[in-house]
Amino acid sequence: MPTINLRLFALLREQTGVDRESLHTSAQSISALRAELVQRGGAWASLQESARIKAAINQTLVGEDHAIGDGDEVAFFPPVTGG
Amino acid sequence: MSQQPASAQQIPRVEVYERDFDVGVELRALRTRPDGEPDTRVGAVASFVGTVRDLNQGDAVAMLTLEHYPGMTEKSIEEIIDQACERWPLYGVKVIHRVGLLKPADQIVFVGVTSAHREAALQACAFVMDYLKTLAPFWKKEALPGQQSRWVDARESDQQAANRWQKA
Repeated sequence: MPTINLRLFALLREQTGVDRESLHTSAQSISALRAELVQRGGAWASLQESARIKAAINQTLVGEDHAIGDGDEVAFFPPVTGG
Repeated sequence: MSQQPASAQQIPRVEVYERDFDVGVELRALRTRPDGEPDTRVGAVASFVGTVRDLNQGDAVAMLTLEHYPGMTEKSIEEIIDQACERWPLYGVKVIHRVGLLKPADQIVFVGVTSAHREAALQACAFVMDYLKTLAPFWKKEALPGQQSRWVDARESDQQAANRWQKA
């Protein structure tokens, strides 16, 4: 089973209490990974808001069908507010 | 297309750090060739500085914390600059974004652009800011004295500003 490095930021990081996690997952796409993480309950439920919570793989924004590979860094984050 | 691609410029195009920046120093660098001589191709220098507003009217000062995603912040801004260089003929582009703890009136972000003529420089400068506001992974958290700190909300107006650059 592939291992990914999960990264969370801002409110998502605060509410789940996780900023980094190495996890084994059978999820092969972003949408599948969201569904898996939502199962943890609590604040993880917000990950199903795919329009609002964006995903990046290896530091590039990706869509829901994007494949996840072994060793990938997968980040989820709320709307950005820089500048 | 640009006569000398901004990807060939010697000064780094993106910097993300906590310390303050000096706009005069940055603009002088943009106007200078790698050999230290003035870049006489440049006829237009456009720039923007974003600063921290005090949203809390009154005596108590709010503190702002800028969180970011190291690595992806630089990468996303480099991609935005690449897009600007494809759309307009530019000589140089520089973006600085501060992170960490900031207070009202502090500088947050700098965008500087050089070109031969003003339309390209002014448009590219606005484009870079509009895209940075919606794509670059930074998050602001505001701490008001005596109150829970809160994450600043993204604005619909920022997304609309970015949308106006979409090609027909």
